[in-house]
Amino acid sequence: MINEELELQKFEQKIANGEKIEPKDWMPEKYRKQLIRMIAQHAHSEIVGMLPEGNWITRAPSLRRKMVLLAKVQDEGGHGLYLYSAAETLGADRKDLIEALLNGKMKYSNIFNYPTLSWADIGIIGWLVDGAAIVNQTMLAKCSYGPYSRAMIRICKEENFHKRQGYENVSVLAQGNAKQKQMVQDALNRWWWQTLMMFGPHDENSTNTVDLMRWKIKLETNDSLRQRFINLTIPQAYAIGLTIPDNDLKYNEKTQNWEIGKINFDELYNVINGNGPCNRIRIAERKKSYEEGNWVRIAAENYALKNKNNYGTK
Amino acid sequence: MAQNKIDTELYLWEVFVQDKFGEPFTHCGSVHASDSEMALQNARDAYSRRNEAKTIWIVKSSEIISTTPSDEGPFFEPSNDKIYRHPQFYTIPKSVKDKLF
Repeated sequence: MINEELELQKFEQKIANGEKIEPKDWMPEKYRKQLIRMIAQHAHSEIVGMLPEGNWITRAPSLRRKMVLLAKVQDEGGHGLYLYSAAETLGADRKDLIEALLNGKMKYSNIFNYPTLSWADIGIIGWLVDGAAIVNQTMLAKCSYGPYSRAMIRICKEENFHKRQGYENVSVLAQGNAKQKQMVQDALNRWWWQTLMMFGPHDENSTNTVDLMRWKIKLETNDSLRQRFINLTIPQAYAIGLTIPDNDLKYNEKTQNWEIGKINFDELYNVINGNGPCNRIRIAERKKSYEEGNWVRIAAENYALKNKNNYGTK
Repeated sequence: MAQNKIDTELYLWEVFVQDKFGEPFTHCGSVHASDSEMALQNARDAYSRRNEAKTIWIVKSSEIISTTPSDEGPFFEPSNDKIYRHPQFYTIPKSVKDKLF
């Protein structure tokens, strides 16, 4: 017991000094559990996030846009992989995590429970959803757990391409003909509030934040990250002639913040609890691809055994 | 590693990349793969989509032998008290030092 208290002291001192915690270091069980939950949820979001965008690969309006979208969706798969690897350094098993996603025990970002109804949605997702992810992930890149922090640094670099291609796509439509303008404004209207909810509940209702901040898994609160995203994004929208779907929106000269209207969190909880337009189809698609890929994994194993070309075979 | 044969998660491999010829290899993460060829291909797809690597090494995670942070004290202790291994330990006559060192 005394030993445990000593270890905890050393652990907290390390974090206070700004040092990273590495996989083999002593850590409190709660730190390990919170990290596995968070990293796995993040990994699941990356691979579920491939679905609404993958939906438009065959219908991209030009070869350029198709190449870009393919590369972006491939990046998301890669991000999932880095993150599952980071979770595995904490002793989690990737297969267990994927099973927990498929049987509904673990969540992914709620934003992916909405459908991509038009081509403009693809631009809006790159600009807003990836833009929000960058704000969150730039913070996580400074978190106390080494492998998570390193994965985030890598991911942030790649997300910048995602956001820029999205904004380019949106700005082309916003400067296009009347129909294109209407299509992109409609997409913004549908995704704006959903994106703001990606940062989670308001600080006073965020049960995990205190623990997460104490050990520097998170360094900023939901509301502070959300505000940064809002301040970054609103001028970008105005610059290309788009309207933010919020009648209460106003700029506060004193704080230099854009102040928004009330967020409807009831909808967030309703969708998280399984009642969104796409909850079922997303999981069904993941299950299908996991099950249909099983024979490939078995064949690969058998091929390796037969050829004995896997160095290190005993 | 026997349990891998049932759950089809394949072997775990650690990935090291060299971003320029002549530079040391740096650990960048891990991949799952059934054999070395697939591990190299997966490592390329996961860690070098933007030319980040000139060369890739992969090694089965189970083959890596590492010290642990609790070894830190006793294991690395012997080098702490040998300050004579550093050039600063030695005094050079002042007249020579500024001109010749």
